[in-house]
Amino acid sequence: MRATCLEMVYQLAKNDERIVFIGSDLGVGTLNKFKNEMPDQFFMEGISEAHVIGMAAGMAMEGRIVYVNTIATFLTRRCYEQLAVDLCMHRANVRLLANGAGVAYAPLGPTHQATEDLAILRALPGMAVVAPADATEMERVMAATVEYPGPIYIRQGRGGDPVVTPPDQEFRIGQVYLLRPGKDVLFVTTGTMAKAALDAAELLAARGLHAGVVHVPTLKPLDVEALKALMAPVRAVLTVEEHSVIGGLGSAVAEILAEAAFLSPKGFARLGIPDVFADQYGSQATLLAHWDLTPEPMARRAATLAGL
Amino acid sequence: MTTLPSSTYRTRPPSPSLDRRSRDLRIQIVRMLAAGRRGHLASAFSLVEILRVLYDDVMRFDPTNPTWDGRDRMILSKGHGCMALYALLADKGFFPEAHLWEFCKPNGILGGHPEFGKVPGVEASTGALGHGLSLGIGRALALRGNPKAGRVFVVNSDGECNEGSTWEAALAASKHKLDNLTVLMDCNHMQSYATTSDVLDLEPLADKWRAFGFHVIEVDGHDMAALREALAVLPLRKGQPSILICHTVKGKGVSSIEGDLSWHHKNKITEEELAALFSGLEEA
Repeated sequence: MRATCLEMVYQLAKNDERIVFIGSDLGVGTLNKFKNEMPDQFFMEGISEAHVIGMAAGMAMEGRIVYVNTIATFLTRRCYEQLAVDLCMHRANVRLLANGAGVAYAPLGPTHQATEDLAILRALPGMAVVAPADATEMERVMAATVEYPGPIYIRQGRGGDPVVTPPDQEFRIGQVYLLRPGKDVLFVTTGTMAKAALDAAELLAARGLHAGVVHVPTLKPLDVEALKALMAPVRAVLTVEEHSVIGGLGSAVAEILAEAAFLSPKGFARLGIPDVFADQYGSQATLLAHWDLTPEPMARRAATLAGL
Repeated sequence: MTTLPSSTYRTRPPSPSLDRRSRDLRIQIVRMLAAGRRGHLASAFSLVEILRVLYDDVMRFDPTNPTWDGRDRMILSKGHGCMALYALLADKGFFPEAHLWEFCKPNGILGGHPEFGKVPGVEASTGALGHGLSLGIGRALALRGNPKAGRVFVVNSDGECNEGSTWEAALAASKHKLDNLTVLMDCNHMQSYATTSDVLDLEPLADKWRAFGFHVIEVDGHDMAALREALAVLPLRKGQPSILICHTVKGKGVSSIEGDLSWHHKNKITEEELAALFSGLEEA
C-alpha cells in the first residue's frame, strides 16, 4: 500500500508541477526517481515534524499541493498543534501520508504504533481522514486527493494487505462502500480490517447468520446518512478498526446510533484496541489476535449480539 | 548605522524619543485596548517601529488587493502583538478604521490573535508561538525563482526562541539558502513571567542565529532611521537567510509601563490606567 501510495505521488507530480513531496528522514533510496527527475518538487527535511508541517502549509498557501510522508505516530502526535493551526485553520492543501498506522510496527513497540491517530485527527475541524483497505483502493484515493480542498490524513497499512475492494469501483472522499450485503448483522470497518470482517461474515454464513460488511474509507467527512440506512434493518452493528476503541470509527458510529433513535434496539460493539499501549511485540498479526481482532472471535461476538 | 554589542542592548536599550507617527500608532493601540478592555499592550508597543518600517518603507503591497501575487508577505509570528499590526493595516487602508473599535468583540474581525481569511492583510493565523518561521520558509521556497514574486518577512520574538520549532525552522532556512526571507525579531528581553534571561536564557542569541546559518544584524528596534538603513537593500546577504535582531523595550512609549511585566497581557483595564496611557504617550 505504501509503495502504491508513493508511486502515485510520483505519477501525479509528473503531470502537475503544483505537486510537492516532503519526507522527514525516510529510508535510503525512497522515491529516488522522483528526486532525480523533479528535484524542485522533492524535499527531505529531517526529523523535524513540527517544522515540516508548517513549511508544507506555507507552500500550500502559495498554491502548491503538498504530500508529506513519515511514520504515522510522528506525523500526528509530534506535531498536533501544527496540524490544527497551520493546516486546518488555513485550509491548507496538504496531504499527510502516514506510514504504518495501527500496529504495523508491532515489533518496534508502542512509540511507533499509531493507535489513536483517527481519534485525534477526526477531532480537528476541516481535516479529512481517509483509511484505504488495500493498495488498489489507495490508487483511487490518491487520484482523488489532488483537487480535494483542505488537508487530508491518509492512513496506510503495513503493506501487502489482501485486496478486498473491486478494482473497477469509483472512489470519492466521503463515501462508504458496501462490500457484502447481509440482513442480520452489519460489520462497519475501516482501513485494512475489511478483510477480517469479510472472513467473519463467511463464518457466520455457515451458521445461518447473514452478516454484511460496509467499508468506511473516509472517517471524516463521514457519510452519516448512508450508514444510518445500512444500520436501520440489522439486529446488531459491530465496528472493527485497528485503532483504540476510544474516539475512532467505533465512537463515530456510536454517535450516529445514539442520535438516530432507531425504533428497535440494536446490539452494538466496538471491536478495536483496548485503552492500552501494546503490551507485546511479535507481529501485527499476533497483536491483532491478542486483541481478538481476527475472524473467529469477531464472528462469535456478532452471533452473541444478534441473539444467536 | 549604530550597531552595539548585544550586552549593551540587554543592560541599557537606547531609547530615542518617538516621533508623532509612532505616538499616533500607539494611541490607536490604546483606543483598541479601551474598546476591547483587554490585550497584549506592552507586546504591541515594542513592535510598532518594526512593523512601521516594513509597511512604510520596505514592503510592496496593495491594500485594495490584499492577495496581489506580487506583494511582499509579512507573517507576524508573535501573534499576540497583533494590535500593532491592526493599527498599521487600518492606517494603510486594508480595512476601515471602525474595525479597530470592535477588537475582541463577538462580531468583530480583529481578535486577540490575528486570523488568516478574516482580516485583509493578515497572511497567517498566529498566536501559538514557533509557527511563523516555518510558514514563511514554505512560502519563500514556493516563491523563490519567480522574478515577479514578492519577498517574505517573518516577525518573531525572542521569547519565541524558547520553542524548539523555531530552531528546526532556522536550520531549514539556512539549508535552503533562503535569501528571499528576512526575519525581524522583536527582542524585548522579556516574556510573560519574567525576563528572558530569568525564564530560559537565550544568550548569546545573535551567535546562536549565526551558528544556525543566518546573516545577523542587530539594531535598536525603536530607531526608525537605523531600521530604514538596515533594510535599505535586500537581501541583506545573497544566498543566506537574514535576521535583524531588533532590540526593543517592552511597553515602549509610556514610561510608566516600560518593562512592567504586568502589562504583558491585561484583561481588566481601569479608566485611570487608560488616561495614564494616553497622557504618557503625549509625554513620550
